Amino acid sequence: MQLGQHLPILQVVIPLLSAPLCLLLRNGRLAWMFTLAVSWLVLAGAVWLLLQVLAHGTVSYALGTWPAPWGIEYHLDHVSAFVLLIVSGISAVVLPFAGKSVAREIPADRVSLFYTLYLLCLTGLLGIVITGDAFNLFVFLEISALSSYALISQGRDRRALTASYHYLILGTIGATFILIGVGLLYMMTGTLNMQDLAARLPAVTDTRTVRTAFAFLVVGISLKLALFPLHLWLPNAYTYAPSVVTAFLAATATKVGVYVLLRFVFTIFGAAFAFQAMSLGPILLVLALLAIFNASTVAIFQDNLKRMLAYSSVAQIGYMVLGISFASLTGLTAGILHLFNHALMKGALFLALGAVFYQLGTVQLTQLRGLGRRMPWTMAAIVIGGLSLVGVPLTVGFISKWYLILAALESGWWPVAVLVLLGSLLAMVYIGRLVETAYFHAPPEDDREVREAPLSMLLPIWTLILANLYFGIDTSLTVGVARQAAALLLGVSP
Amino acid sequence: MLLSFLAITAIAVVRLRDLFAVVMLFGIFSLLSAAIFVTLDAVDVAFTEAAVGAGISTVLMLATLTLTTRTESPPRHGTLLPLLVVCVTGGALVYGTLDMPRFGDPQAPIHQHVAPRYLQDSPAEIGLPNVVTSVLASYRGYDTLGEVTVIFTAGTGVLMLLGAIRRRTARRDDTGKGGSAMNHNLVLRVVAKILIPFVLLFALYVQFHGDFGPGGGFQAGVIFAAAFILYTLIFGLDAARAVASPGVLRVLSALGVLIFAGVGLAGIFAGGDFLGYGVLASHPVAGQHLGILLIELGVGTTVAAVMITIFYLFSGRTR
Amino acid sequence: MATVLGLYNYWIAIFLMMTGFYVVIAHGNLVKKIVGLNIFQVAVFILYISMGKVRGGSAPILAEGVTSYSNPLPHVLILTAIVVGVATTALGLALVIRINEAYGTVEEDDIHSQDEPE
Repeated sequence: MQLGQHLPILQVVIPLLSAPLCLLLRNGRLAWMFTLAVSWLVLAGAVWLLLQVLAHGTVSYALGTWPAPWGIEYHLDHVSAFVLLIVSGISAVVLPFAGKSVAREIPADRVSLFYTLYLLCLTGLLGIVITGDAFNLFVFLEISALSSYALISQGRDRRALTASYHYLILGTIGATFILIGVGLLYMMTGTLNMQDLAARLPAVTDTRTVRTAFAFLVVGISLKLALFPLHLWLPNAYTYAPSVVTAFLAATATKVGVYVLLRFVFTIFGAAFAFQAMSLGPILLVLALLAIFNASTVAIFQDNLKRMLAYSSVAQIGYMVLGISFASLTGLTAGILHLFNHALMKGALFLALGAVFYQLGTVQLTQLRGLGRRMPWTMAAIVIGGLSLVGVPLTVGFISKWYLILAALESGWWPVAVLVLLGSLLAMVYIGRLVETAYFHAPPEDDREVREAPLSMLLPIWTLILANLYFGIDTSLTVGVARQAAALLLGVSP
Repeated sequence: MLLSFLAITAIAVVRLRDLFAVVMLFGIFSLLSAAIFVTLDAVDVAFTEAAVGAGISTVLMLATLTLTTRTESPPRHGTLLPLLVVCVTGGALVYGTLDMPRFGDPQAPIHQHVAPRYLQDSPAEIGLPNVVTSVLASYRGYDTLGEVTVIFTAGTGVLMLLGAIRRRTARRDDTGKGGSAMNHNLVLRVVAKILIPFVLLFALYVQFHGDFGPGGGFQAGVIFAAAFILYTLIFGLDAARAVASPGVLRVLSALGVLIFAGVGLAGIFAGGDFLGYGVLASHPVAGQHLGILLIELGVGTTVAAVMITIFYLFSGRTR
Repeated sequence: MATVLGLYNYWIAIFLMMTGFYVVIAHGNLVKKIVGLNIFQVAVFILYISMGKVRGGSAPILAEGVTSYSNPLPHVLILTAIVVGVATTALGLALVIRINEAYGTVEEDDIHSQDEPE
C-alpha cells in the first residue's frame, strides 16, 4: 500500500476526518494544536502534489475504484495544484496566529466547535479544488459555504449575525443557480465528470439549453466570488467576522471561487464557446473595471479598516477577473498569478489588522493614530502590505499589475492599461490615509499602554510579508506555474 | 394536476402574511412534491422529501416562529425590481427548455450514457435491487460522504449558534415538565408511548431495507430522530435529554462520519482505493454489501444524532 | 402543441422556482425568506427528477419482468441536494433566532434601521 498514490484523496479526507475528531476534543487549546498539526500536514501534501503535477502532468484518482464517468474522479492539474497550495499555505500560516486571536474573540466553551468548523471549511475548499466531478464540486462548495456562514456569525458585533444571514441567502441562491446549471448540462450530455463534459459538450453547444446553463453557472459562480454587482454580501461578512475568519476567507474563499469560474469556463465549456459564442470577454471586462473603480472609491471613505480592506478585496477580485476576460495566455497568467499574490497580500493585511484588534480592541481608523510608534512591527507589515496592494515594484502586487498591463496592451486594449494604473492610484489614496494616521498623528490622549503584538502573531504576519517581497523579486515559481496553468486551460503550449 | 395544486400553494405562500399559515402551506407543498416524485418514479426521493421537507424543515420553521413573530409586516419597498429579476430569470430558464429532450423521452442523452451501466451491470457488480442505493452508496459513494459531512457541519454550526448548555441547566428550577403542557394529557401520553417504539422499529427497518426498497441511512436517521422529537414534544425537553443526552449525541454525530470515512480508509489499507469496498471481503460483491451496510449505518447515526441535537437546541431556546 | 405538452412539466417547475425566488428577494421577513428559499430548491428538484423519468418506465428497483426503468442518477443527486437544503435551512433558522434575540425583530427593514445610525 503506497500512501503516495492515495495522496489526492487523503488531502481531503484527512481534514474531513479531523473535523469530527476535533468536535470530540472539548479543550480549546488542544483543538487548536490539533488543527494546526492537520493544517501543516495538508500543506506538506499540497507541496508534494504540486511537485508531482509539475513533474508528471495531471494526476487522477478514481474513488471507489469505479472508473469515471460512472464513479467520481479526482483530477489534479496545474491550476488545481496551484490553488491547492494557496489554500493550504494560507491555512498553515493563519493557524499559529489563531491561537491567541481566537482565544480572545470566541467564548471558551465554543473554541473547539470553532476549530471543527474551520477544519470543515478547509475540507470543503480543498475538495472543490481537487475534484473532477461537477456535482461533487457542488457538495463540497456547500460544505465550505455552510461552515463559512457559521464561522462568520461568531463575530462579537451583532451585525455578524445579519452579515452571515445575508451571505447565507445570497450564497444559497448562487449554489442553487450552479445546481441548475449543472443539471441543464447533465440533461444535454448525460454525464457529470468534468473531462467527459468537456468532450461531449461541443456536440450540443449550439442549443439554447447549454447557453442557459452557461448563464446560470456564471451568475451563480459570480455570486460566490463576489464579482460586482453581486458582491454585496462581502463587505459586511468580512468586517464583522472574527479576525482569523476574515483573514482565512479573504485569502482563500474567493480564490477558490475564481478557480471554479476558470474550471467551468475554460475546461468544461472551452474558451471558444465562452468568449466567442457567449461574448463573455466584454461582459467580464466591464464588470471587472466597475468592480475596481467602484470598490476602490468606496474604500477611500471607510473608517473601519476591515471594511476598507473588504472593499479593496472586491476591487482586487476585479483585477483577477480582468485578467481572465482577456482570454489570452498573458491575461490568464496574470489572473491566476493574482490569485496567489492577492492571497499573500490580503492574508498579511487582515492578520495584521487582527493583531491590531487584539491589542487595541478596535479597527476604527481614528483610534489608530500614532500606532506606528507603539506597534512598529505590525504597522510596518501593514505598510508593506499596502504598498503591495498599490503595486509598488519589489512587491508581488507590482508583478500582478505588470502582467495585467502587458495583457491589456497585447490585446490592444490600452485604455484598460491606463485604467489599471488609475486603480493603483485610488489604492494609494486609501493606503495613504492609513499610513498618515498611523505615523503622522499623535496618539489619542486616553492612551492606554499599548504594546506590540505577541510573537505568535507577528511571525505569521511577517512570513506572509516576506513572501510578498520574495515572490515580488523572484517570480520564477509563481509565474512559471501560472503560465503553465493558463496554457493548460487555453489548450495551447506555454 | 398535482402540479397545479403545487402552483396554487406556492402563490398562497407569497400572498399570505400569517407566517404560521405560510409554514403549514410549505408542509403541504413538500408533501405534494413528494407525491409528484412518486409519480415520476422517484420513490427514494419522495420518501426523503416527505420526511425531511414536510417533517424536519416544517418542525424547525414552526419552532422558529414560536420564538419570533407570527405575522409578517407589510412590504415597504416596491415590488417592481424583484419582479423584474424573477421574470428575467424565469424567462431565461424557459428559453433554455426549448431545446431540451422532451419529458419522458427514453432517447434522451442522460438515458444513453452513464446510467445504463448502473441499471445493467449493478446486479453483477453490487448485487442490490435498489439501484439508487447502489449508486448512492457505492458508485458515487463519495458524494454521500460529502452529504454526511454537510449534515455534520450544519449540526456543529447550529450547536455553535444556539448551544449554551451550561447556561440552560441553571434554569432547571421548573417542575421538570420542560415547558410542555402536553404531559398532562393522558391520551397523548399513552398514544405516544405506544407509537414511539413502532416508529423506532420502522426506522431500523428503513435503515436495513434500503438495499431492497426505498430507504437507507438518511431516511432512517430522520425517522429515528422523529421518534425522539415526538417524545420531546409530549414529555418535555428534560425528559428527552435524560434519554438521549447532548453529550452522547455529540459523540454519535462525530462517530457516524468517522465510521463512513473509516470504511473508506479500510479500503486503502486492504489494498484498494478509498471507498473501494470490493477488497473488504473475500468476494467483491460481498465486500460491496459489507461496505454499503457499514456506511449506511454511519449515515443513519450522524443524521439521527444531528437532527435530534438541532431540535433540542431549537426547543431549548423557547425557555 | 407537442412542444408544450412535452415541456409543460418543466415550465411548471420553473414557475415554482420563480415563485420561491421571488419570495426570497422581495419579502423582508427573515423566516419567510427561508421558506421561499426552500420552495425554490424543491422546484429545482422537481426539474431534475422530471428529467429522469422515462415514459413507461418504473422506479429503478430491479425486479422480475420489468424492462424499462427510470434513470436512477438524478434521484441520487437530488437525495444529496435535499439533505444540503435542510442543512442550510437549519443553519439559517438558527441565525434568525439569534438575530431575533439581538435585535428584537426579524423584519429586514427594522434591522436595517437599527444598524443605520452606526
